[in-house]
Amino acid sequence: MSQIVIRFLVGGAVVSVFAIVSDLLKPKSFAGLFGAAPSVALATLGLTVATEGASYAAIEAHSMMAGAIAFFAYASFVSCVIMRYQLKALWVTICVMPLWFAVAFGLRSIWLRT
Amino acid sequence: MRVRFDTAALRQTKWHQYAIRFLFGGLITAAAGIIAKQYGPVIGGLFLAFPAIFPAGATLIEKHEKVKKQKAGMSGTVRGRQAASVDAAGAAMGSVGLLVFALLVWEFVSRHRSWIVLLVATAAWLVVSVLIWQIRKRASTMRRKVHTVFKVNHVER
Repeated sequence: MSQIVIRFLVGGAVVSVFAIVSDLLKPKSFAGLFGAAPSVALATLGLTVATEGASYAAIEAHSMMAGAIAFFAYASFVSCVIMRYQLKALWVTICVMPLWFAVAFGLRSIWLRT
Repeated sequence: MRVRFDTAALRQTKWHQYAIRFLFGGLITAAAGIIAKQYGPVIGGLFLAFPAIFPAGATLIEKHEKVKKQKAGMSGTVRGRQAASVDAAGAAMGSVGLLVFALLVWEFVSRHRSWIVLLVATAAWLVVSVLIWQIRKRASTMRRKVHTVFKVNHVER
């Protein structure tokens, strides 16, 4: 339980730091880079190495590559849909979320199957 | 446009908007740990690149741009959504850096000190992301110039 609380606090703090840096930067396309900052990964992998060992963290990082490709597909699609149809960002970012799951788990099943 | 710091955005952001991002960030980090424990590191690892705070960030950018335009007497809806779209395009470029981050950690974390690997991988994420952003910016500037030259030539004829 205490480990979950530590993960929550560390994760929240790291994500917030990257979010603040993103808020401070202009132009928007450059600030957007920080929307894909490795904030959750930094918080998680650091703690994982300490508790489960480096090999376990390496497996997570390998799998994270599929997640990053899914993020690329997701963010590109969100950008295109908002620009083309001028829809509200909140709805588009939430409604397109299944795309991330489809790409990430699709890649996992064909590429990372162990 | 040159990259610069603008502290005005910090004044526009309310405390509860920071709290939401802290909450989502914390929740996804905790969830990634729980998922890894339950279903193993392969499934858990996928969630290290989950766009958890992306919807909150994009919504915030849309709102800020809209408010800015409304203060100038315009509706700001279109401008706000364009800003959110540009932000998402930036995140897509950043995700290529994220891929490089994951690749470096996967390759080196078992053989070297973890904090050094994480530090170098983070630096690599930043360098790769900025490089892609620069290339894309130069390409679009070039496209605009070529377009203008063609337009001028067409008019002269």
